[in-house]
Amino acid sequence: MSDSRKMGTEHETEPSAHQPSASETRWAETVLKPALGSAPERKEQFTTLSGVPVERLYTPSDLADLEYARDLGDPGEYPFTRGIHRTMYRGRVWTMRQFSGFGSPEDTNQRLHYLLKQGQTGLSIAFDLPTLMGYDSDHALAEGEVGKCGVAVSSLADMETLLGGLPLEQVTTSMTINSPAAIIWAMYLAVAEKSGADLKKISGTTQNDILKEYIAQKEYIFPPKPSMRLVVDTIVYGAREVPRWNPISISGYHIREAGSTAVQELAFTLRDGLEYVEWVVRGGMGVDEFAPRLSFFFNAHNDLFEEVAKYRAARRIWARVMRERVGAQNPRSWLCRFHTQTAGCSLTAQQPYNNVVRTTIQALAAVLGGTQSLHTNSLDEAWALPTEEAVTIALRTQQVIAHESGITNTVDPLAGSYFVEKLTQETERACCRYFDRIDALGGMVAAIEKGFPQKEIHDAAYAYQQAVERKEAVIVGVNDFVTEEERPITILVIDENVARHQRQKLEQLRKQRDNSRVQATLEALASAATTDANLMPYILESVRAYATLGEMCDVLRRVFGTYEEPAFR
Amino acid sequence: MTDRRIRVLVAKPGLDGHDRGAKIVARALRDAGMEVIYTGLRQTPEMIVSAALQEDVDAIGISILSGAHRTIVPRICELLRAEGLEDILLVVGGIVPDEDIPELKKAGVAEVFQPGASTGQIVDFIQRHVR
Repeated sequence: MSDSRKMGTEHETEPSAHQPSASETRWAETVLKPALGSAPERKEQFTTLSGVPVERLYTPSDLADLEYARDLGDPGEYPFTRGIHRTMYRGRVWTMRQFSGFGSPEDTNQRLHYLLKQGQTGLSIAFDLPTLMGYDSDHALAEGEVGKCGVAVSSLADMETLLGGLPLEQVTTSMTINSPAAIIWAMYLAVAEKSGADLKKISGTTQNDILKEYIAQKEYIFPPKPSMRLVVDTIVYGAREVPRWNPISISGYHIREAGSTAVQELAFTLRDGLEYVEWVVRGGMGVDEFAPRLSFFFNAHNDLFEEVAKYRAARRIWARVMRERVGAQNPRSWLCRFHTQTAGCSLTAQQPYNNVVRTTIQALAAVLGGTQSLHTNSLDEAWALPTEEAVTIALRTQQVIAHESGITNTVDPLAGSYFVEKLTQETERACCRYFDRIDALGGMVAAIEKGFPQKEIHDAAYAYQQAVERKEAVIVGVNDFVTEEERPITILVIDENVARHQRQKLEQLRKQRDNSRVQATLEALASAATTDANLMPYILESVRAYATLGEMCDVLRRVFGTYEEPAFR
Repeated sequence: MTDRRIRVLVAKPGLDGHDRGAKIVARALRDAGMEVIYTGLRQTPEMIVSAALQEDVDAIGISILSGAHRTIVPRICELLRAEGLEDILLVVGGIVPDEDIPELKKAGVAEVFQPGASTGQIVDFIQRHVR
């Protein structure tokens, strides 16, 4: 293996001891050796997509130290390697949840209704960049960005339009929002309240994972510590008031998209999870009061077996960490429940129909790995947000896997594969080595402040890019099997009328609402922010008064300050 | 121009935080022997042009993936002209559909690198076109 393919650190790729049996030795000498002499292999070293060495052959001796009850367990039993449910997809297939959001709340509302009509079983909302950064659609920095990468939501009025006509007690809604998650969640709760839904019954997920923002996605507003306080406030408020809500989706997806290896994705995500647990417990809530509602979100990349091993290892590690390290007693606290999205970064702008095939392989990995919900990317997403036609093919891909492939007929079908079990074990060990390094740095917040995960990911991303440029990593249609082509697909274009429409609505809102009530609630929020009170009730009051997202974030920016990443060197 | 290393400003305008591409290109330019100043995230066109002026750069590389290029890039071109900096080589990389390229080039962009472009192509273009 050339250095460039060795994307992981030595910690990741450390080979584990393998004692060949007598029959293996005989096979290697009498069968393999002559074959290699006449027909050499395609390359000297084979690795996973993340650069982990892969052997020619895996045999029972690779699993000598694997104990079924201790390391796998039956489905629904500790350590949950085989799945968190006893019957898995025989009982119910995963939730098909296509992430969507673009343009105005009216546009996205229409798309959400369309997706439900096509048989989608959960909703997932993408917000535009101004919303993610806590700016209203009429802010100067929002220029050119309103409705482009998701839907624009600046106030409760926008949220009312966005959710119009949706049965909030029946569907579960996932919202990809982080820095201003508490505010957007409060808007959702306020709409649910007004529609008469019972907050004890509604369910859904707010991504609300600020640590991976500093690590990878970079949509942060406030510094890490006050940001963590907001996360803790939402977890605590959720546990008490909205018990079926998943207040956080601890995400490896973006870490992988930023160029990490599979092990880095897993290690940083689970360590982030542990960091949240530690902060909430320090805030005074017992782990079993909130941990059953923690959820995770992983990427599904091209290397099928590496991905399956990652999901299986994720469940085992989380169960062990929560039980042994944190001391959680409730078995539900040990469960790593996760959503999966196929890898956006694997999509190619060239020959876009090939992306349907990539997405299928990735979706298979997620299903073979036991995911609870899945988003499949659309073939046109290297260019733009998907068209309705493209998103339908993506959803149909999941339906074909669920209902035609037969994969869902048995639980954890790859268990017992010498290769998959070995890879699962190696993934767990490499992940734990990262835990040790992060613990030594003083935990995840400290590691982030020192730039540790950021640098590890950047190095892996750069090594991969070099491998691609040397054609050691092949990307079909990009660096090999290239054809001259005109782009054969139509892509979705968001026009600037969305921004104008949003600005007009905001102007009206600011005129029509009770501005003295808005002021009073914002002042109450500001003073609560300087204490250690839970901010959710204050945010809810501001939301109900139709204070805008930007106004509330401005208050918090004044109290908390803003974060700038240490300069990149 | 041969007695001085090429100086490049790599900039990430707009609200988007996806900096994988910008950082990889910055590192590749550095590995190719150029001096690279990376602005960090969320730079306004004004900040980018003022950094270019202060750092006396030969080229600016703009990384943009959010679809906001049609608003942001022409504004940068306008400000560069206003400062008399139109000699600076301006290249753009990211998710820019084919149909938007003529408009950007007309505004003053020398080249647009779309998804799948290699760092080798970018290095080569800058080396050949910096005056």
